[in-house]
Amino acid sequence: MRDLFRGELVRFTLEEPETRARSEIRWQRDSEFVRLADSDPVMMNSEKKIREWIEKQAENGFKPERYFFNVRTLAEDRLIGFLSLWINLIHREAWVGLGIGEHDFWSKGYGSDMMRLCQQYVFTELGMERLSLGLHEYNPRALRSYEKCGFRLEGRTRRDLMREGRRYDSLWMGILRQEWLQMQSGEAK
Amino acid sequence: MFDIQTQLFESQDVRLGPIDYDKDPEIESRWTHDSEFMRLMETGPARPMSAAIVKKQYEKLEKQIEEDKNLYHFMIRARTDDRLIGKAVIQWIEWTNGNGMLRLGIGAADDRRKGYGTQALQMLLRFAFAELNLYRVTAIVAEYNEGAIALLHKFGFVQEVCRRKSLERDGRRWDLYIFGLLNEEWQQARRQP
Repeated sequence: MRDLFRGELVRFTLEEPETRARSEIRWQRDSEFVRLADSDPVMMNSEKKIREWIEKQAENGFKPERYFFNVRTLAEDRLIGFLSLWINLIHREAWVGLGIGEHDFWSKGYGSDMMRLCQQYVFTELGMERLSLGLHEYNPRALRSYEKCGFRLEGRTRRDLMREGRRYDSLWMGILRQEWLQMQSGEAK
Repeated sequence: MFDIQTQLFESQDVRLGPIDYDKDPEIESRWTHDSEFMRLMETGPARPMSAAIVKKQYEKLEKQIEEDKNLYHFMIRARTDDRLIGKAVIQWIEWTNGNGMLRLGIGAADDRRKGYGTQALQMLLRFAFAELNLYRVTAIVAEYNEGAIALLHKFGFVQEVCRRKSLERDGRRWDLYIFGLLNEEWQQARRQP
């Protein structure tokens, strides 16, 4: 059987609250990172607050609708980011959000490796029919990475983001179980 | 001076109003027993609900409105007798981006296809664009909801996204459409008679 948590460049982990909070407090100070990842206004939380929030998540246990992974590089064993899944059990659709907080690891294939692991997990472990995501128009790096992973652009909601006085679209992408399976058999040949 | 005389919440046959805790739960409970309505209105599983449960949901809703401040909820009522006929909602408002999502439903089958939805949507859009000052309004509709799709087209909404096979019902998968209308598009349509 395939290793669900190990790709070519990264592996999925779940770190202790202190470790996570230490990284996240650094990442959230990086407004470029936050503005690429989110459409809400950038805000700052204390390390204590972030830790409490993570601990509360852990106390509530694991919900079948929610999955969270930290991401470490295989080569340096460095904590570089996270990947988050929201699952709709009724319609068997998963939504993914991911981020690489460490700038040094951008544009080097780490994101695509994370996404391939995520697709494998969503379709072979969670049994989903569809994997969805949204991104901002001003994030072409992410768009290229997702296209490379087989996602199709399904449309754009026009000008729903406002940044520095200008309006931008949101892009919506999806990949179906069948499409992913076909991709896999293509790669195997 | 803007048109302050034309009432925001009154149209020819219907009006938008608040929840009536005495009368509404009974009527809305009846709607939830109609699976067709529930499947047009919600993507979550349809389930019948008692009047008491509906009442609890109203309380939860009003608490949420007070705390989150990103949701506006109206009951659609007949002007003749204040009878409850539907719901009109602007939710998930992102104030910094100036966008929000609309939801609208006419509960009883007898009240559909009478223009009530059109009148309610007209008021809801004026509220969203001219009172909340939103820049855009979004609507999400399943491909099988032909009535809603026709209504959105009538108001100039653009179908922007087709989320392929996102919904599973009656043993097959269906697309979900995302529609959008911008403030300037709404203004322009309003100027043309």
